[in-house]
Amino acid sequence: MLRMASSFPEEVLEHVFSFIHSDKDRNAISLVCKSWYEVERWCRRRIFVGNCYAVSPPMVIRRFPELRSVELKGKPHFADFNLVPDGWGGYVFPWIEAMANAYPWLEEIRLKRMVVTDETLELIAKSFKNFKVLVLSSCEGFSTDGLAAIAANCRNLKELDLRESEVDDPSGHWLSHFPDSFASLVSLNISCLGSEVSFSALERLVGRCPNLSTLRLNRAVPLDKLANILRRAPQLVELGTGAYSAELRPDVFSSLAGAFSGCKELRSLSGFWDAVPGYLPAIYPICSSVTSLNLSYATVQSPDLIKLVSQCQSLQRLWVLDYIEDVGLEALASFCKDLRELRVFPSDPFALEPNVSLTEQGLVSVSAGCPKLHSVLYFCRQMTNDALVTIAKNRPNMTRFRLCIIEPRTPDYITLQPLDDGFGAIVEHCKDLQRLSLSGLLTDHVFEYIGTHAKKLEMLSVAFAGDSDLGLHHVLSGCENLRKLEIRDCPFGDKALLVNAAKLETMRSLWMSSCSVSFGACKLLGQKMPRLNVEVIDERGPPDSRPESCPVEKLYIYRTIAGPRFDMPGFVWTMDEDSALRLS
Amino acid sequence: MESCLKNGEACPQLLDLIPREREWLVKRADERSSEEKKLELRLGPPGEEWCLGETAKTADNRERDESLLSVGYSSNGNQQNHKFSSPENLQSGSVWFNQQVSQQAKATPFLQFASKTVPPPPPPPPPQSLPVMAKESSQPCCIKVAVDLQQSAEKKAFSPPAPANTAVPNSSQKRTAPGPVVGWPPIRSFRKNLGSSSSSKPASDSQNEGPSEKVVGEKPVETCKKGMFVKINMDGVPIGRKVDLQAYDSYEKLSTAVDELFRGLLTAQRDSSAGGIMSEQKEEKANIGILNRSGEYTLVYEDNEGDRMLVGDVPWQMFVSTVKRLRVLKSSEVSALSLGSNKQGKESMK
Repeated sequence: MLRMASSFPEEVLEHVFSFIHSDKDRNAISLVCKSWYEVERWCRRRIFVGNCYAVSPPMVIRRFPELRSVELKGKPHFADFNLVPDGWGGYVFPWIEAMANAYPWLEEIRLKRMVVTDETLELIAKSFKNFKVLVLSSCEGFSTDGLAAIAANCRNLKELDLRESEVDDPSGHWLSHFPDSFASLVSLNISCLGSEVSFSALERLVGRCPNLSTLRLNRAVPLDKLANILRRAPQLVELGTGAYSAELRPDVFSSLAGAFSGCKELRSLSGFWDAVPGYLPAIYPICSSVTSLNLSYATVQSPDLIKLVSQCQSLQRLWVLDYIEDVGLEALASFCKDLRELRVFPSDPFALEPNVSLTEQGLVSVSAGCPKLHSVLYFCRQMTNDALVTIAKNRPNMTRFRLCIIEPRTPDYITLQPLDDGFGAIVEHCKDLQRLSLSGLLTDHVFEYIGTHAKKLEMLSVAFAGDSDLGLHHVLSGCENLRKLEIRDCPFGDKALLVNAAKLETMRSLWMSSCSVSFGACKLLGQKMPRLNVEVIDERGPPDSRPESCPVEKLYIYRTIAGPRFDMPGFVWTMDEDSALRLS
Repeated sequence: MESCLKNGEACPQLLDLIPREREWLVKRADERSSEEKKLELRLGPPGEEWCLGETAKTADNRERDESLLSVGYSSNGNQQNHKFSSPENLQSGSVWFNQQVSQQAKATPFLQFASKTVPPPPPPPPPQSLPVMAKESSQPCCIKVAVDLQQSAEKKAFSPPAPANTAVPNSSQKRTAPGPVVGWPPIRSFRKNLGSSSSSKPASDSQNEGPSEKVVGEKPVETCKKGMFVKINMDGVPIGRKVDLQAYDSYEKLSTAVDELFRGLLTAQRDSSAGGIMSEQKEEKANIGILNRSGEYTLVYEDNEGDRMLVGDVPWQMFVSTVKRLRVLKSSEVSALSLGSNKQGKESMK
């Protein structure tokens, strides 16, 4: 093997490697021998960095001199739910600055949960000559001024996707900064923008980009403008409508229905803010070929949802509010046999009493009726162990199972028992489970099940569960493939963490908030595990002003080869060797 | 159990650093069989905290009771007492309680401040009968928890009382149980927006309409739909928050809400920096009237053109439709800034 590798001309190896796209495989290749490592690093074109603090930009640049595509993630996932204070970090500017010099031919940047300033966007716009793809997912810190710079300067831009980002948008005129000669756009997602975009600029842009296949508008685009846009882009594959409401008028309806039926390629629909049920039939003509439907902004009631869903027999992915109710999910189960992913969001998460009739039964129906279902996110208010066991037996192919019973620590409402056995059945039967979110009343037993069975689990979210350190210990010692673990409000403490310190180096990150980890343990961990960044987030002031046994508010631990980060705000403390010495 | 021991041999651990580790592992073995041993594992700090926990409990609503009681064991108080009287003392302690304690400490000044109008609530009254003000005063306890929509949802439910009628029990209150917990249920804020703006929409959901209509009713429908969360930052507080302008219909209510939002944080900060608890009067003074310009703090905002303006200068509706970002400034610094059409405002805002 070794001789063969060295006798191969590098070009041949490089060519062979070029067929290997998965990050995992590329990593494996680079571990074979030194020469493969060399060849591989020179021909690596894309990288994914799951934590922007796990490695430094110069390290990446040194190893991979020829990158074209970079994907970075910043803040912890719990930032989505406001658990990470503003100003925590995740700034992309240092990366862009370094890459601007090293990779003038960089084409793609995909960022998730990072802080992106207008300055950063301007730097991107002027540094990369052949820039093509900018995806900012759940990012923040920039405004439409920065977007205007991208529009004006990136002549070959194919994709601009702002999904779920928080954009300061003082004006909708940034769209008109795309030059008149610009026609390369393939995908545009502006669904997160709060204010109106310049409609004429949008129409012209859509009209002159023949390859535009994805267009997701924002809520400010009124329904009566939609037909016009669709007529200009009959080739669209994915469409996000704007507000889907208007006074019901036959002429508007028929114009809209006509426009939709002209879009034969449409496969994915989203948007539908403020949807007026009367206009939903306008999309019926194309429903039979739709595979992805995001109705999670559509406050439409069950009967209308059922009518719509029953048209979509090729549906593979459905996101919907709990207005669909059990009866709607039953219909879904009988009509949509190809369904793979289901997300049901709560329409009124803060209500005390159920406002809709959505129970465990809806999910049981879908699990029984849809053999390909493998990804579930389900918000509900009641659950039973029996239901979970049934779901687990119905769908052993489940890979992602996230159940949120809205009221914390809700037991099986029939037996009043913890839901340990139910979730236990999920991990036992679903051998390929990669992602799991727990909720409801749970004791340490459930974590024993998880540690024993969930061998492929990569991400686990836990809230208000467990009784002792033992729970966490089961997970850390048992789940061999665990990469991300996020825990809130659980009585897990020092011992489980310290005993499994080595495990943490094999994971991407661990988040614990409102748990029982003491400041002393954090210090110890930081001191003894130099490859872990142990960051304490405490809004009450410096943790060393309290006794060492005092639990920390929030704890974020991640492995890194870059050492402690330098951009920590005043409420974050890193427990590196020095600080541990200094503090003790 | 086996896997655990195996693990213990295979990986470097920090066992030697925790004196009782071995014991712990042994205890694990018969954990199932012996409830008592299990209890011994959870050594809490001595009883003092427990008392404080008790205080928090009475001052708080039912939901928080539950969370206190269900720590660790979902069973009765006896066991917990047992746990806490256990003589051993591990580093780990029991954080939940500590945390309660610290929150309690943080909230103390305000509780005193607020309770001038209301006598301390008697031990567990039925939650529904809590006077509105008592409810309000319990908020700072969970100030770090009470943000965002939960906050505003609360506001909707108890449309913020004018000080005069605080003692009138609000019989229509809907949120009796859960003290809002930040980040739970785990929903992105844009979904919360959606839910809140639309929750009164479905005709079937009549239960919902009372409170929200009351607040939102006089607004044009358009604003109501688009009403959004606005970021708010305060001088001297590193952490920003968001407020839902939909939840308020006047500057006064917004001001009250902003007061509440930052009071806990500010207090905690002062406590830690000053090394002690602020005097009541000072605390009180600090929080009076963010809107009247003689106060210590002044609320300003950045409008949709990027200009920084004083909150209160334009009619409420106009404010709501143009505000992009809020900031609480030290009043001393406001005068230094030229407000109004100052384009620099935008720069310094971020």
